[in-house]
Amino acid sequence: MSKIQQINRRDFVKLFGLATGGIILGCNISSDSKDFIPQIEGTFAPNLFVQIQKDGNIILMASRSEMGQGIRTSLASAIADELEADWKFITVQQATGNAKYGNQNTDGSRSVRTLLAPMRKMGATAKAMLITAASKKWKVSEADCFAENHFVINKNTSEKIFFGDLVEEAAKLTIPDEATIQLKKVEDFKYIGKTLKSVDLKAFTHGTATYGIDVRIPNMKFAAIARCPVTFGSVKSFNANAAEKTPGVEKVFQLDRLVPPTGSFFGALGGVAVIANNTWAAFQGKESLEIEWNYGENHSFDSEKFKQTLTNRIKEKGKLVPGSTGKVDDAFEEAAKTVEATYHVPFLVHAPMEVPNATAWFQKNKIEVWAPVQDPQTARAELAHFFEIPLENITVNVTFLGGGFGRKSKSDFVVEAVALSKKIKAPVQVVWTREDDIQHSFYHATSAQYLKGSLDTNGQVTGWLQRVAFPSIVSSFKPLSEYASGFELNQGFTNNPYNISNFSLENAKAEANLRIGWMRSVVHIHSGFGNNSFVDELAFAAKKDAVQFHLDLIGADRVIEGRSEFPYDSKRMKAVLKNTAKVSNWGKTIPENHGLGVAIHYSFYSYVATIVEVSVINEKVKVENVWTTIDCGLALNKDNIKNQLEGAAIFGMSLALYGKISVKEGAVEQHNYYDYEMTRMKDAPKIHVDIIEAMHERPTGVGEPGVPVMAPAICNAIFNATGKRIRSLPLVDFGLV
Amino acid sequence: MSKNLSINGKSYTIDVQDDMPLLWAIRDIVGLTGTKFGCGVSQCGACSVLIDGTLTKSCSMPVSYAFGKEIFTIEGSSPNLEFLREAWNEGNVPQCGYCQSGQLIAATSLLDATENPTDKDIDATMSSNICRCGTYTRIKKAIHKAVALKNESI
Repeated sequence: MSKIQQINRRDFVKLFGLATGGIILGCNISSDSKDFIPQIEGTFAPNLFVQIQKDGNIILMASRSEMGQGIRTSLASAIADELEADWKFITVQQATGNAKYGNQNTDGSRSVRTLLAPMRKMGATAKAMLITAASKKWKVSEADCFAENHFVINKNTSEKIFFGDLVEEAAKLTIPDEATIQLKKVEDFKYIGKTLKSVDLKAFTHGTATYGIDVRIPNMKFAAIARCPVTFGSVKSFNANAAEKTPGVEKVFQLDRLVPPTGSFFGALGGVAVIANNTWAAFQGKESLEIEWNYGENHSFDSEKFKQTLTNRIKEKGKLVPGSTGKVDDAFEEAAKTVEATYHVPFLVHAPMEVPNATAWFQKNKIEVWAPVQDPQTARAELAHFFEIPLENITVNVTFLGGGFGRKSKSDFVVEAVALSKKIKAPVQVVWTREDDIQHSFYHATSAQYLKGSLDTNGQVTGWLQRVAFPSIVSSFKPLSEYASGFELNQGFTNNPYNISNFSLENAKAEANLRIGWMRSVVHIHSGFGNNSFVDELAFAAKKDAVQFHLDLIGADRVIEGRSEFPYDSKRMKAVLKNTAKVSNWGKTIPENHGLGVAIHYSFYSYVATIVEVSVINEKVKVENVWTTIDCGLALNKDNIKNQLEGAAIFGMSLALYGKISVKEGAVEQHNYYDYEMTRMKDAPKIHVDIIEAMHERPTGVGEPGVPVMAPAICNAIFNATGKRIRSLPLVDFGLV
Repeated sequence: MSKNLSINGKSYTIDVQDDMPLLWAIRDIVGLTGTKFGCGVSQCGACSVLIDGTLTKSCSMPVSYAFGKEIFTIEGSSPNLEFLREAWNEGNVPQCGYCQSGQLIAATSLLDATENPTDKDIDATMSSNICRCGTYTRIKKAIHKAVALKNESI
């Protein structure tokens, strides 16, 4: 995907009718290799991602959305390292949604995994051309030159030329053959594998970073939408008298639901829209609407009853999932001891600090959008579909995201903004209230799991039966999808790291009555909780040390799952666990009322082991310490990875302690941060993060893998402290917080 | 009726409903967008500003309360805020950055009131601010660092 193409000048002239500028290149990291970057006078832009100016300043394009994971810094550092650029000359520009930048979907903890190699190549190619330019000036061979810290240096004479002074010459060159491009050795990295601070620190600390909600367009309006409390309900009638009288409110009208075609896109829920000249007026107008709803078929949905339904279903045999092996029934029959447990995770919601919002301007046969989106290309394609505007006439500008966590992968809020702009023929920003965000999201599914395990007389696990039931993400794309799909089960259920000869995984029915989506770590939240809680129960039943029990269960060094290009290696799993046990002084004497709990999980091709220390005093849990080790292969930006893991610990803690969306009569019962609570500073533990040195491995996920371990590690620690086993999240339901 | 709102030492003449929350007057009427909307109900602190030096959730304070008073936002500058910014930089604190305006304003009020805040002092002030990315440990460390920077500078 990273092959760099040369397009000759004549093609460029023919294509664009421009006669100025130097070399013109496309790079088919894109799926649309007809997109080329026009040469800007006085700059050297060898590809879509690098632009070097005469003053030496370098603009690097970030193709992935920045939502706190530090991707703008990470991608830029990979280019800059190979380019031998001085970091102080680097600025990062955010790419709009366009296939010419390759896949821009920012989720699945995959940006660095998929883009490190092509970004390095971008930098290396630009460097090669700067070296050629210098060698021509000096009339020496390229082999006599090298680049260092923004200069090309003549090996023989030690003369040097500043990058900026080579721009003119470099812009005249042809692109070197990809096969001649040399990448640096790991040992020679200057930025990769080190620590670079965020390129956006200044903007973040001065309030100048533009998030979606900060976009201001001349003459823009502000909008709020009242949506049906029940998923997919519709407006029967409404009275807008009071809303229309609200100062600042300009228009009130019904917005019909936009139903996505089967298999793709997100659509928009519809409702009653209030257009105003400021956000507050729009919110006020919305509050004063009197709406009668057709609630539709989800009206009877009750999450407590659904929990019971799922629990009943997992008592019965489900669909056997491929990958099951051996004979669990025989294992249970012959066991010295069997252990059974049922676990529950409720519906969860992302609740990023920046609510969903988008600004759109629909003009004749043209759409421009400014929005905090994780997947701008899907948003663009979705707009082309719903509004029948050619893709090339749609611009999706990607702002900073005030948190994403998967919510902003779903572009329903963008569709809303465009529908409103089309209707009022003016630019408009739709802003969700926090209540809208909590009550109309794409929810992380609820789940029920039944586990049964058997131990022999030596305390070895001989059989493992796991029945799971949770509404599938697929239901948001294909209604009536009533079973979890293979890609979901492959998130920790079919590919657990345990070496058990009799393993049976069964899938039970779970229909969707809410929009189901993905949230940071996705199905790993369920599998991480079920697997690690149950291993802890088995260890206790076997009267064994939990860490040693995990290690024994992982078993011999082997490739656990080798289908992907990132083989799942049991040795690396054991290594992170051993490291966490060591740094946490596992086995040490801990204070009275304290407990330690361990959890391991493999997700997004990364290995994580976490040990949590809690105290439980007067039946209140405090998470005191978190020790986490990650093996994410090549660690691109170390301090950023630490920051991500610290954040994941807090995120995982929030869901373990407080996370619960409940539904009555089809409507979500929670409203805001007062009843969908978050961990706050006073409750934040000390967090110790270790990163395994694996610079010769390919990089794997960082943003998500730290989350799934938290809930089970905390619950296991509570058991260790109190003997009380929590099998149903969140802890607040048990009065423990 | 037009009234004056004084923000970071600059006067803005605005014409708004008295009961409009200060947050929206600052963001939508004055046009300073550094102060953020997070919850609208005083729960998350993203909208934190100082009014005559007092830490205030601007989402829940009518704009009329602020007429005739001095408002300080993230677009402003004060010695303590600058020490905090330096410490935030040094500690590479933000992730998505969205809540950090409110975090920095809250921390400024803490440093304005307390010379050498303890962990407990920090918890007390800063627990009104939510960071969904979970940068709490870095924020706490950075506040201590800002105090150290300040003490070094004296």
